[in-house]
Amino acid sequence: MAANNSIKGSAQASDPAALEQFRSYLLRYALVQLRDQTAAEDAVQETLLAAVEGGAGFSGKSSVKTWLTGILKHKIIDHLRRQSREQPLIAAGHDERSEAEVIDAMFKDDGHWESFPASWGDPDQAFENKKFWEVFETCAKLMPAKTARVFTMREVMELSTEEICMELGITATNCWVMLHRARLSLRECLELKWFGKL
Amino acid sequence: MRFIPSCKEVSELLSQAQDRPLTLKEKLALYVHLPLCEGCRNFSRQLGFIRSAVKRYIERDDTPRS
Repeated sequence: MAANNSIKGSAQASDPAALEQFRSYLLRYALVQLRDQTAAEDAVQETLLAAVEGGAGFSGKSSVKTWLTGILKHKIIDHLRRQSREQPLIAAGHDERSEAEVIDAMFKDDGHWESFPASWGDPDQAFENKKFWEVFETCAKLMPAKTARVFTMREVMELSTEEICMELGITATNCWVMLHRARLSLRECLELKWFGKL
Repeated sequence: MRFIPSCKEVSELLSQAQDRPLTLKEKLALYVHLPLCEGCRNFSRQLGFIRSAVKRYIERDDTPRS
């Protein structure tokens, strides 16, 4: 079975038509991270091109999809680097303070939850519901660009905090504060707009 | 951090537990707080859910449903 997959994979890896089937997945991946349709499409295009040209680089050890995702990750990081050179996103100070303020607002002065997280029952059921994904998207988009970038670098690209800090030139503490804030607001929004309504 | 940490501190630790290994002291803080606090236990489960939801979000249309 594994050998079959690998042969099938090798054939797919150098066949532009076979690679096309992954385009929508790759686009969603890039779009979540870059939040810019044109930039995401460019990154995916470059990825597919690099894949076709370097099809021999496919080792068969992973699936074609994992292999493509790896290439895309590099394209996205390249893009983020270019972008941060051209227009530094990290204007520290004000933003950092407001991140902490958002967190503070979710807790009382004595450190108790302002509104206690409720039980979500069996939340995985929501995965099957198309409407849930619309809510999820809406909630994710409420995050400011910088917060969302750190969050997706961690959760989508699965970079470590060290790698994120290095890429963005921020401290580990700053990074943890942003991730904490991202998770808190996503949680609150999902409870408000979905799980609290079930 | 006081002996029994606040929900705010615990939520911070639970979030960071997704990004780095916690120290023994931090684990102990969770150990004393969580059994007493349903809100933070729910939050802890929700963090796991959010993590898998992000992955599912990207994967979701992968196989066209007919």
